[in-house]
Amino acid sequence: MLTGFVALYIFMLAAFTGFEIIGRVPSILHTPLMSGSNFVHGIVVVGALFALLNATSITEQVIGFLGVLLGAGNAAGGYVVTERMLQMFKSSDKKKA
Amino acid sequence: MDNLSTASIASLIIDVSFFSAAFLFIYGLKRMSSPVTAASGIRVAGLGMLVAVVASFLYVFSVSDAALPYRTTNVILAAVALIIGLGWAWTSGKKVEMTAMPQMVALYNGMGGGAAAAIGAIELFRTSGQHTLIPLVVTVVGSLIGAISLSGSLIAWAKLDGRINGVWRVKGLQLINGTFFFATLALGLYIAFVEHGHAPVWMTAAFFILALIFGVLMTMPIGGADMPVVISLYNAFTGLAVGFEGFVLQNPALMIAGMVVGSAGTLLTLLMAKAMNRSVANVIFSNFGAAGDEEQGEMAGSMKPVDAGDAGINMRYASKVIIAPGYGLAVAQAQHKLFEFVKLLQDAGVDVKFAIHPVAGRMPGHMNVLLAEAGVPYDIIMDMEDINGEFKEADVAIVIGANDTVNPAARTNKSSPIYGMPILNVDMAKQVYVVKRGQGKGYSGVENELFFKDNTNMVYGDAQKVMVQMIQAVKSLDGGH
Repeated sequence: MLTGFVALYIFMLAAFTGFEIIGRVPSILHTPLMSGSNFVHGIVVVGALFALLNATSITEQVIGFLGVLLGAGNAAGGYVVTERMLQMFKSSDKKKA
Repeated sequence: MDNLSTASIASLIIDVSFFSAAFLFIYGLKRMSSPVTAASGIRVAGLGMLVAVVASFLYVFSVSDAALPYRTTNVILAAVALIIGLGWAWTSGKKVEMTAMPQMVALYNGMGGGAAAAIGAIELFRTSGQHTLIPLVVTVVGSLIGAISLSGSLIAWAKLDGRINGVWRVKGLQLINGTFFFATLALGLYIAFVEHGHAPVWMTAAFFILALIFGVLMTMPIGGADMPVVISLYNAFTGLAVGFEGFVLQNPALMIAGMVVGSAGTLLTLLMAKAMNRSVANVIFSNFGAAGDEEQGEMAGSMKPVDAGDAGINMRYASKVIIAPGYGLAVAQAQHKLFEFVKLLQDAGVDVKFAIHPVAGRMPGHMNVLLAEAGVPYDIIMDMEDINGEFKEADVAIVIGANDTVNPAARTNKSSPIYGMPILNVDMAKQVYVVKRGQGKGYSGVENELFFKDNTNMVYGDAQKVMVQMIQAVKSLDGGH
C-alpha cells in the first residue's frame, strides 16, 4: 500500500517532473499548456468513479454523482479546448513547411 | 472462488491501465511543451484518460460488501453522470469562441476542483468505518483546496465572461479573508484531529460551505487584468487537490497526474506573474487599480482623432510598421481583416511585424493562438524582448485593442499602479495610431499617457470596421495608379 514515505517519494518525483516539463517552454505555449495540464487533472473523474461505485448511502450517491459529473466535464472540456488550440499550431506549421 | 479471481484480474487490469495512463499523461505533456509536437501531445494524454476511465468501471468487481446492494444503481448513476458531464463539456468546448478560451479553462478547472472536493466530502461524511489520521488530514486539506478552486474558478469565469463587473472590496478585506481562511482550516483540522472524521453532518457541511465562501472572497477583489495568473494558480490548486485525494483513495495515477499539474501549474503561475512584473502575493493581496483612479492627475494634452482611411494610407507609404495587438482585436474578431491589411502592406513593400506582449490577450500566448487562427505566419510575430529595440526605427506603430501593455506610465510614473510592468515601447515610433472603441480606460482601470502624446493619433471605432476602412483606402489608392 502507498503509505507514508512511498507516497512522499511519488509526490516528490511527480513534482520534479512537472517542473521539468514546464521549465523550458516558449511563452507561446503557455496558454495551451495551462489548458493541457487542466485536462490532465481531469483524471479526478476516475477517483470520483471509484467513490461513486463504492457508495453506500443516498448522500454518498448524490455527492459521488456530482463528483463524476464535474470530473467528466473537466476531462472532456479540457481535452476539446486544448485540442482546438493546438490544432492551430499544427496548421501554421504545415503552411510554413 | 470464481468471483475472487474475476476481482483479482479486474484489479490487475486497473493497475496496468492506470500505470499506462500516468505514463501517457507525462509523455503527452512533454510533447505539448514544443510547438512541433504539441498537437499530438494532447492526443497522447487523451488516450491515457480514455484508458483510465474505461478501466475504472472494472471497480464494480471489487466493491466492498457494504456497497454490493447499491452496485447496480451506482453503475447507472456513474454512466449517467459521465454521459452528461462529457456531453455538456464536449459541446460547450467545441462551440466556445477562441477569445473566450480563458474563462472556459477556468470553468473546467473549477469543475475538477469540485470533483476533488466531492471525493473528500464522501470520505468526511461517511460515518461508518475507521479513519486513520494521516489520510484524514490529507482528505481535509485536499477538500479545502478543491473547494476553494471550485468557487474561485467560478468567480474568475464570471468575471472574464463579463457576468460580474468591477472589483468588489470592503475595508479590511484582507483581515476578513485571513480570519475566514484560518477559521475554515481550524474547523477542518478539528474534524480530523478531534472528531476523527466522525463529525456531525452540520459541522462537515459548514467546513465545505466556509471553504467555498473563502474561494469567493479571495477572488472577488482581484481585477480582470490579473485573472490569468489567478486561473493558473487555481489550476495548480486543483492539481494539488487531485493529488491529495488520490493519496486518500490509494490511486497512484491521481497522485502522479495531480502532483505533476500542481508543480507545473505553480511554475506556470510564477512565469506569468513574472511577465507582468508582479509577485503572486501582490496579485492576490494588493488593491490593483483601485488606488489608480484617485491618485492620477489630469493628463496633459488631448486625444487627437484621425480618420481610419488616412491612417491606412499613411502606413501604405511607411517603410516599417509594427502592430501591437491586444484583446480588443480579438473581441472585435478583427484578426482576419488585420492580416488581409498586413498582406496589402507587404505587397506594397512595407516591412510589417507583430509585437506580442507576454500577457497580450488574456493569458500568455493567447494572442499567438488568436493570430495563428487567422493564419499569420510565425516569422513576423515577435516577442516583446525581441521587438522592443525596433520601435525607434519604425515609421508607424499601430496599437489595436491593447491598452495597459503599451502604457508608458509603467516606465515613468512611479505612482501608477502598473509601474514596473514591462511594456511595448510603441511610443518610441515616429507615429502611433491607436485603434480603440471609445475613450475608456484599460482593463486595469489606469489612464493611458500614450493616448495624449504628440505623436499619437486615435482611430475610434470597432477594430473590424476600422480594418475594413483601411483596406478600402489602400486598395482604392493602388487602383488609381
